[in-house]
Amino acid sequence: MSSRTTILEKIKQNQPTAISELPNLGTLGLESFEILDKYKAVLKGIGGDFVEVLNYDAIISFVKKNYATEKRMITTIPELAEIAATDWFNDDPHSLENVELTLVKAHFGVAENSALWVTDDLLGQRVSTFIPQYLAIVVNKKDIVATMHQAYDRIGNQEYGFGTFIAGPSKTADIEQSLVLGAHGARGLTVFFMD
Amino acid sequence: MKSNLEHSEAAAIFNKDVKRVDWHDETLWFVREKRDKAAHQIPEWELLRETASEIKNNVLSNMHDYLLEFESNAQKNGITIHWAADADEHNKIVHSIMEKHGVKQMVKSKSMLTEECHLNEYLSEKGIDVIDSDLGERIVQLRKEPPSHIVLPAIHLKKEDVSETFHEHLGTEKGNNDPQYLTEAARLHLRDTFLTRKVALTGVNFAIAETGEIVVCTNEGNADMGVHLADVHIACMGFEKIIPQRKHLSVFLRLLARSATGQPITTFSSHFKTPRDGKEMHIVIVDNGRTTQLGREDFRSSLKCIRCGACMNTCPVYRRSGGHSYHNAVAGPIGSILAPNLDMSKNADLPFASTLCGSCTNVCPVKIDIHNQLYKWRQVLVKEGHTPLGKTVAMKGMATVLANPMVFDFAGKAGRFVMKNMPVLVNNSLNPWYKQREMPAPPEESFREWYKKNAKESKDKKDE
Ligand code: SF4
Repeated sequence: MSSRTTILEKIKQNQPTAISELPNLGTLGLESFEILDKYKAVLKGIGGDFVEVLNYDAIISFVKKNYATEKRMITTIPELAEIAATDWFNDDPHSLENVELTLVKAHFGVAENSALWVTDDLLGQRVSTFIPQYLAIVVNKKDIVATMHQAYDRIGNQEYGFGTFIAGPSKTADIEQSLVLGAHGARGLTVFFMD
Repeated sequence: MKSNLEHSEAAAIFNKDVKRVDWHDETLWFVREKRDKAAHQIPEWELLRETASEIKNNVLSNMHDYLLEFESNAQKNGITIHWAADADEHNKIVHSIMEKHGVKQMVKSKSMLTEECHLNEYLSEKGIDVIDSDLGERIVQLRKEPPSHIVLPAIHLKKEDVSETFHEHLGTEKGNNDPQYLTEAARLHLRDTFLTRKVALTGVNFAIAETGEIVVCTNEGNADMGVHLADVHIACMGFEKIIPQRKHLSVFLRLLARSATGQPITTFSSHFKTPRDGKEMHIVIVDNGRTTQLGREDFRSSLKCIRCGACMNTCPVYRRSGGHSYHNAVAGPIGSILAPNLDMSKNADLPFASTLCGSCTNVCPVKIDIHNQLYKWRQVLVKEGHTPLGKTVAMKGMATVLANPMVFDFAGKAGRFVMKNMPVLVNNSLNPWYKQREMPAPPEESFREWYKKNAKESKDKKDE
């Protein structure tokens, strides 16, 4: 008998016979708070930064002022082509190794933990938000939801091959619980809020 | 594993360095306090725990069907599913995938299951080089030690230890103990690893039956760096990682990081549904004793565990004995319930490594009644003749004492007599709690005597 059959049969035999019903999630996440304020406070608390901008031009000038634009910048946002390359989607992902800054859009953000939801249609390549030294993500102010419950309502049965919540820069506290930003992924995250 | 010492013996050695033990204790308590702060910010925290517990109960009773649903959906997504009855079969499957691709190197992110199966040792015997990419895991790997905590693998080490290890293996400056500097050195070293490995192995935090996708949570981004740059992604999971629907992730992702480290969520919560174009993705679903545990009515709820580590951080015994003294991949209170299921005689000491204070049960995000199960394991182990003599005598004594208030009263008096007049009887191996602890001076009167007297006195006062 294959292990598959053995395992499944044993599970069938041994699992509890009394069926426990699935709980209703409808009563969760209804607490009310100022969504944008909460988002900003939590983001700061986990080492991220934010800038409120009116349009893409404002993002371009912010990036020019604050990042090393002589280094490699990549984006999936056509409006930012002036400062960042848009021709790398089919390259070998290893070739992104020298990227200084990646700029992408998020579908939405979550106030309670400042996470941003991105999927591969926004990423260009799956590794694009993990491999650069710095990361910037653009999100519309109206696309911030309160909690993870609204977040998954919004995701619903969205199709994707890969999706991830990103909350702040990569970090570790594995050496004596001292927090260090920039473990393997981005050392810094800037969130651009658009109106 | 490090040793075959029993928990109490290993703990005694750990306790020799008093300063270090105090530091270990305080560090973990600090993490526990962060958990409390995070939990208190969510007014519906208790409802969340209850909901998570109910979802997991539903999973236990529908395990068979959810696994089939998961398998068929994952296959539709282009993922290859493997089933492993035990650790050995798990290791063989992973190795066969490596062989098929003719690859001799692997990058691996955190997976307690592969620790449980001793995958690294197995692969290295086969000539395969495995690099653990989680910083804490990399540190202990370089030191040839197992992780001492499921979330904080190097929590038993001080920065000076890490500095020594990195100096030896990565050529960092001798005596530079700055965590920032040391982390940067590891970042550079591991970046090279990510760029050159063709096979990446990860654990699984949640597997969703409804969609056939898996979710992996990290703070460092190491799982993603490995997977997105490799040709083959192998994900290994115990079958209990299954949850019914995508929307249930909302509950678990709210609880997991807050319970673990007090963060509102891990930096990355990555949902892997299909392999990249032209690449491969494998999921190995492992039993290794879990079906047996599922059949033990008293212990099956231990399979609800989401591996947050909160029960360890809060445990007074774990904090003062260190993860390695549990000689099991998963240490602490939950490890002490899981381990005897795998091997009763080898792990008979673990359910005794607890004060049964119940703090673990209070913090567990999926409401496992951890301390009750530890107590129940003791009964089972004693009945089946698995406990060392010292503990059996002490336990039987304790059971009689607790069962009978008359004897309890007497034992209190007799105990004080023994401690005053024959301290050697207390200070011996029949009393596992004596180790590295000054027994408190026996009080002049027992609590019961005091209570009787005082209750009477206050009654007398009232009557005045
Ligand atoms: S038993 Fe509960 S508290 Fe302990 S690791 Fe598992 S989920 Fe966390």
